[in-house]
Amino acid sequence: MVENRPWLAFFTHLVLIVGVVIVVFPVYLAFVASTHTGADFLRGLVPLLPGLHMIENYSKMLFDGISTAGAPPLWRMMLNSTAIAVIIAIGKIVISLLSAYAIVFFKFPFRLFAFWIIFITLMLPVEVRIIPTFAVVANLGLLNSYVGLTLPLIASATATFLFRQFFLTVPDELMEAARVDGAGPMKFFRDILLPLSRTNIAALFVILFIYGWVQYLWPLLVTTDSRYYTVVMGIKRLAATADAEPQWHLVMAAAVLAMLPPVLVVIFMQRLFVKGLVETEK
Amino acid sequence: MQTKRTIFPNRVLPYFLLLPQLAVTLVFFIWPALQAVKSSFEREDPFGFRTTFIWLDNYTRLFAEAGYINSLSRTAVFAVLVTLLSMSLSLILAVAVNRVLRTNRIYTTLLVWPYAVAPVVVGILWWFIFNPTIGILPYMMRSVGIAWNPRVNGDHAMILVIVAASWKQISYNFLFFVAGLQSVPQSLTEAAAIDGAGPFKRFWTIVFPLLSPTTFFLLIVNINYAMFDTFGIIDATTSGGPNQATNVLVYKVYADGFLGLNIGSSAAQSVILMLIVIALTAIQFRFIERRVQY
Repeated sequence: MVENRPWLAFFTHLVLIVGVVIVVFPVYLAFVASTHTGADFLRGLVPLLPGLHMIENYSKMLFDGISTAGAPPLWRMMLNSTAIAVIIAIGKIVISLLSAYAIVFFKFPFRLFAFWIIFITLMLPVEVRIIPTFAVVANLGLLNSYVGLTLPLIASATATFLFRQFFLTVPDELMEAARVDGAGPMKFFRDILLPLSRTNIAALFVILFIYGWVQYLWPLLVTTDSRYYTVVMGIKRLAATADAEPQWHLVMAAAVLAMLPPVLVVIFMQRLFVKGLVETEK
Repeated sequence: MQTKRTIFPNRVLPYFLLLPQLAVTLVFFIWPALQAVKSSFEREDPFGFRTTFIWLDNYTRLFAEAGYINSLSRTAVFAVLVTLLSMSLSLILAVAVNRVLRTNRIYTTLLVWPYAVAPVVVGILWWFIFNPTIGILPYMMRSVGIAWNPRVNGDHAMILVIVAASWKQISYNFLFFVAGLQSVPQSLTEAAAIDGAGPFKRFWTIVFPLLSPTTFFLLIVNINYAMFDTFGIIDATTSGGPNQATNVLVYKVYADGFLGLNIGSSAAQSVILMLIVIALTAIQFRFIERRVQY
């Protein structure tokens, strides 16, 4: 810092602590609620300190689910969410790497056209064209399947643009040297380009994993079979029944479980996550 | 368009490389988007037996309908307030983090994780806090004499969804502001300090103008976020109610199309939304292209 002002340092920390409290408060409340029994809410106010029923509530949600809501146990939904998030992340990275490679390292007719087709899709979210996309998936017979859950979400271009930007910074000499040494395009891709993109791929994986995990509307439409429920959409079905009979403790346990995996990914992969985020958007 | 000085001479290979991306994009992106445009010009009878081409009827009807105008204005209010609230809070936090050198990693970690919470979960968390029977905020409100009930009061419902949506977006804006602040040259602020400018004056006259590219970028991203990514929040909390008070455009597309089965109108709404996103994206890209040339 430029100068030393104790009151300003104090004020700075105060602002940050208030900020952290605002950010943590809803989750703290959810956690507290998830450690009580349903009866504790009947008095009309949420308790502010954790109760004694944490293990009971969480194991009930994980292994039984709320039977009246017709929802499967949470472990199954979490497994689905993980599978879908991983498939989306890997799928996007693979097709984006390939197409970015084609666009940057080759010259061919329709290159600009292909680029624009991919470009149009940038940032056009599935929410906007939801009904026709649903119709396509239904006509292909992909409702209630992992393909139907993931493939339409793989079709977006952000990753392609990140890799394109990155490939453009790879020095030309590298490729010239590879060609002089007799490497074909796929060998160059595999042995030089992929290892160079390792950190970008990892950073992008973190972001896309979260993107896949938090999907809500799409799984809600595509799945009617509870075997394919994801935890994020399943939780809404739980919450819908929670108001009828007081089951907030169980809904909050489910909410905490649903946010745990992606939040842990962000916290542990923070460096990669930040790198990926700042690079994809700018 | 930019390309490499040297390229591989293959003629067929690039098409194979592009094939997966193009196939997925055409089937699940371009085709549905064209379908939306097509059905926005059609009317389907209630049983889906017959569709008739009706030109711009869906659009003119839409703009004649009070519900749509209401939804447009609600969306505008929602997007502007979410953007302002989350950006100003995160700017304050980012400036603060930038001042504390030793502990900023800890604070950053504590502030960034809401990025990973699903919007629908955010909705459920805040619905719980605002719940008129057991929520903590209505309880506190009652003690100062305000009957807080987002289930019947449209303004209360709007405040609820704005707070929830802003809360989620703080982490994202915060990260970009921190990145922006770190690229402000230290020598500039030091020079200003030697000239006798205090910390607040330095911020307004030097740091904030230099942050303007980041601010502009975040402005577009946040409007985009508030308009499209908040579907889960709305669905988990108010479902567009009470009395259409929180029925934002993206929720209305879903409600009219899937719940109301009014395909033509919903398609017309989709097309309008697509045009809005394309406009926002175009603005953003022009701006990024400019930045690259700096």
